[in-house]
Amino acid sequence: MALWLAGTRGATYYTKTLMSNTFRSLRTRATAIASKDEGSFTKRQILSNRFVSRRFGSSVAGQQSDLFSSDDDEEKIQALDFPGGRVPYTLEMRFLPGSSDKRVECYRVLDDDGYPLSSAPSQHIDKEVAVKMYSGMVTLEAMDTVIYEAQRQGRISFYMTSFGEEAVNLGSAAALSPDDVVLPQYREPGVMLWRGFQLQEFVDQFFGNKNDLGKGRQMPTHYGSNKHNVLTVSAPLATQLPQAVGAAYSLKMQNKDACVVTYFGDGCSSEGDFHASLNFAAVLEVPIVYICRNNGWAISTPVTEQFRSDGIVVKGQAYGIPSIRVDGNDILAVYNAVVAAREMAISEQRPVLIEALTYRVGHHSTSDDSTKYRPLEEIEHWKTSRNPVSIFRKWVQRKGWWSDQQESEFRATIRKQVIHAVQVAEKTQKAPIETMFSDVYEKVPSNLMEQEKLLKETIKRYPQDFPKDVPIGM
Amino acid sequence: MATNLRRFKRFGSIFTNHSNHLRRLSSSPASAGVLASADGQILQQGKSINLYTAINQALHIALDSDPRSYIFGEDVGFGGVFRCTTGLADEFGKHRVFNTPLCEQGIVGFAIGLAAMGNRAIAEIQFADYIFPAFDQIVNEAAKFRYRSGNEFNCGGLTIRAPYGAVGHGALYHSQSPEAFFCHVPGLKVVIPRSPKEAKGLLLASIRDPNPVVFFEPKGLYRLAVEEVPEGDYTLPLSEAEVIREGSDITLVGWGAQLTTMEQACVDAEKEGISCELIDLRTLLPWDKETVEASVRKTGRLLISHEAPVTGGFGAEISASIVERCFLRLEAPVARVCGLDTPFPHVFEPFYMPTKNKILDAIKETVNF
Repeated sequence: MALWLAGTRGATYYTKTLMSNTFRSLRTRATAIASKDEGSFTKRQILSNRFVSRRFGSSVAGQQSDLFSSDDDEEKIQALDFPGGRVPYTLEMRFLPGSSDKRVECYRVLDDDGYPLSSAPSQHIDKEVAVKMYSGMVTLEAMDTVIYEAQRQGRISFYMTSFGEEAVNLGSAAALSPDDVVLPQYREPGVMLWRGFQLQEFVDQFFGNKNDLGKGRQMPTHYGSNKHNVLTVSAPLATQLPQAVGAAYSLKMQNKDACVVTYFGDGCSSEGDFHASLNFAAVLEVPIVYICRNNGWAISTPVTEQFRSDGIVVKGQAYGIPSIRVDGNDILAVYNAVVAAREMAISEQRPVLIEALTYRVGHHSTSDDSTKYRPLEEIEHWKTSRNPVSIFRKWVQRKGWWSDQQESEFRATIRKQVIHAVQVAEKTQKAPIETMFSDVYEKVPSNLMEQEKLLKETIKRYPQDFPKDVPIGM
Repeated sequence: MATNLRRFKRFGSIFTNHSNHLRRLSSSPASAGVLASADGQILQQGKSINLYTAINQALHIALDSDPRSYIFGEDVGFGGVFRCTTGLADEFGKHRVFNTPLCEQGIVGFAIGLAAMGNRAIAEIQFADYIFPAFDQIVNEAAKFRYRSGNEFNCGGLTIRAPYGAVGHGALYHSQSPEAFFCHVPGLKVVIPRSPKEAKGLLLASIRDPNPVVFFEPKGLYRLAVEEVPEGDYTLPLSEAEVIREGSDITLVGWGAQLTTMEQACVDAEKEGISCELIDLRTLLPWDKETVEASVRKTGRLLISHEAPVTGGFGAEISASIVERCFLRLEAPVARVCGLDTPFPHVFEPFYMPTKNKILDAIKETVNF
C-alpha cells in the first residue's frame, strides 16, 4: 500500500506513443491493484487511455473489475485481458519506487518495562501458560550459559546460544499446537523445550553420545525429534523452507487441523530456497507460518549489507502472502501474532509470514567473536534495556504470578539440572562404530558392509589412532 | 521450453524410422521369464509400447496403488513436455498430479518435505541438464535426511525423475548425462533404464524403495524404443545388474541408451569372431560389483561406455573397482569409450558421442592387447 502511494506522487507523463512501454507500465499497475489501493486509481486516468490490446485471449476477470464502470465495451478499451486477470492501462509512465518513504511498522504489546501499551484486546494468557513461557525463557538462558561455558572448557566441540531471542522461541512455541510440524533453523531450541524435549536429551545431543537421537552424527545444536514433531536441523541455510511447503501440502491433503511452522534468519532470506519456498507456498496454498528471526546480523554481515528491501515482511507481500512485522523481544506480541497467523494458515489454507525484529545478543557460534564487527554498546543495549526475558518477567511479576524468590530458586535449580545433565552426558558412552554405517540407506548395502569390516581390521591393528570412547564391536 | 518440446517431438517421429535396430536393446528373453508381479505372479507379455508410455503406465500404477503418492513438476499437469504424465491429472485429480512454479530447488525441496511426512513424492525435473539448481537439496538434504536425524525422519518416499542424454540436436543444455555427480553421494540411489519394460519395472521399484532415488530416463528412447511391456504391476530389483548378452572374450558395461550402441558393436565384433558379454548396470548407486566382477573373471577384459565425459565419469569408478578385484585376471587395460571432455556440442554431437565404431575399435584393441 505504502509502496504504491509513494508512486502516485511521481509526475504524470502522458503521450500517445506510449505503446512500446506497455509491458512495464502494466506490471506497475498490476502491482498497484494487488495492493487494493483503489483510491489512487481515478476514472479520469482510465478514460484517458484508449489503447486496446488483444494479444492475449484470456477472459479471466480480475478481482479489480469493480474499479471500472459497468460498460463492458469501455472496459475492454481500458484494460488488457492477461492470463491471471484483467490489467488496467495507464498513459502515465510511472515506476514503482524501490522502497517506501515509511517503513512497515512493528506490532508490539508491551513496552520495554513490560507495561501493556494499550487496553486493546489481546490474546488471553492464563497464569499457567505465562509461567511456563517465562520459565522456558529462563531455562533456555540457563542452558545456553552452562553449555557455552562447557564448550569453552573444551567439553564439547561447538555451541550456538539463543541469547536475546528467547521471546521468539517461547512466544511462538506457546502459540502452536503440538500437532503443528516444526522445521527449525538452529536457533530455536526453546520450541523443543516447550514441547517437552528434556534438558538431558539436548545435552546428550551436544555430546553426541549413544543417547543422542541423532546418534552422534551431527554437530551440537543440530537437534530434532519425531515425537515432538520437530524435524532435525541441518546446517545448510534455508533448505528447510521449500521442504516446509511439502510438509504443509501433506497436512493439507490429510485435512489435518495443523500447520507447518518454519523458522529462519535474516541472512536466510537471501538464499534461493527462501524465494522458492514463499512462491511455492503461495501458489500451492498450503498452511504454513513462516517465522523470520531478523536479528540484525548474519554472522558478521549486518542487514544493511544483506538486502535493500524493508526487511523480510515486504517480501512476503511480494509473493502474495499476508505478512506482519512484530517486536521479537516482546513475547506477547510474538504470541498474539503466531496465534493469529496459525488460525489464518489453517482456516484459509494459505501461508502467513511473521518478521520478528530481535537481536542476536550472543556470538553467532562458539567459533565467532562478534565484538570484532559490531559495537559493544549495541550488544549491551539489547542485552539490558531490550532484554526479552526481563521485559516479560516484569509483566509476569506485576500480574503476581512470579516473585523474586521464585526467580532465584528457579534459576539455581535449572542451573544445577543443566550441570547434572552435562555430567551424565559426559560419562555416557558414544554410539558403537556400527552406527557410523547404518541409516545411510534403509538397509546397509554391501559396499558399506565391506568398508565396515576393513575399518574394524584397521582399528584392531592401530587402536591408538582412534578415540577410546567409541565402542568397537569386533 | 515449449519450443524444445515441439522440436523433440518432431525429431522423435523422424527417428522412429530407425526403430528396427532399436528393438534389440529391449529386455532379454531370459529376464522376461522371471518377471513377477507385485503379488508374486508371473506376468504375461503385454502390448508393444514405447518408453514414455511405459513410464506413464508405471506412474499410473503408482498413483492407483498408493493414495498418498503425488506427481509434480514443471508442466506435469497437462501431461509433461515428453508426455510421460499424460492423462494422470484427469484421472487422479489436480491435487495429486500438478504443475509447480518453474524452480528446480523448490520442486525437490517440496518433494523432500512431502516424502518426510510419509508420502510418495514423485518429482519431475524437466531435463537432467536443469537439475543443478536442486543439487543442494538432493545432495545435502535428501541424501542425508535419514542419517543426520538418526532415523528419526527419512525421505525414502522420494523419487526424482529426469530425462537425460543425447537426442541428436539437444546441444549443451538438452543432452547431458549428469549421473556421475549423484553417484558420489552416499544415501542416494541412481537408476537408469534401457528399455520400456525395464523402465516400468525399475521406476515402480524406485518409487517403492525406502530410499531417495534419482531416476534418469533416456529421453532419446522415449518414442524410439518399443517392446512388449506387461500391463500389470511389477517391479525389477534395484542394485542388480543384468547380463543382457553372454560372451567369453570381453565384458562390456553400460546403462541406459548407450546399451543400444554397445549392442551394435557387439554384433559387429561377433562377425569378426569376438564374443562379447554385455552388462546393463541398471542401478549405478549402490552398484552391483559382483555381477561385473564375475563376468570379468570369466572374460579377462573390460570395456565401459557412457555418454558423459570420460574424466570423472562413473566408468572411472567401475574401472578402479574391477582392477582392485581382478588385477591378476585382467589380460588388458580396462577400456573406456565415453563422451569427450568438452561441453556437449550441437553440430559436433556425432563427433562427441561414443559411437559404435569407436567401441568396436576399443573391443578389438583390448582383445588383441
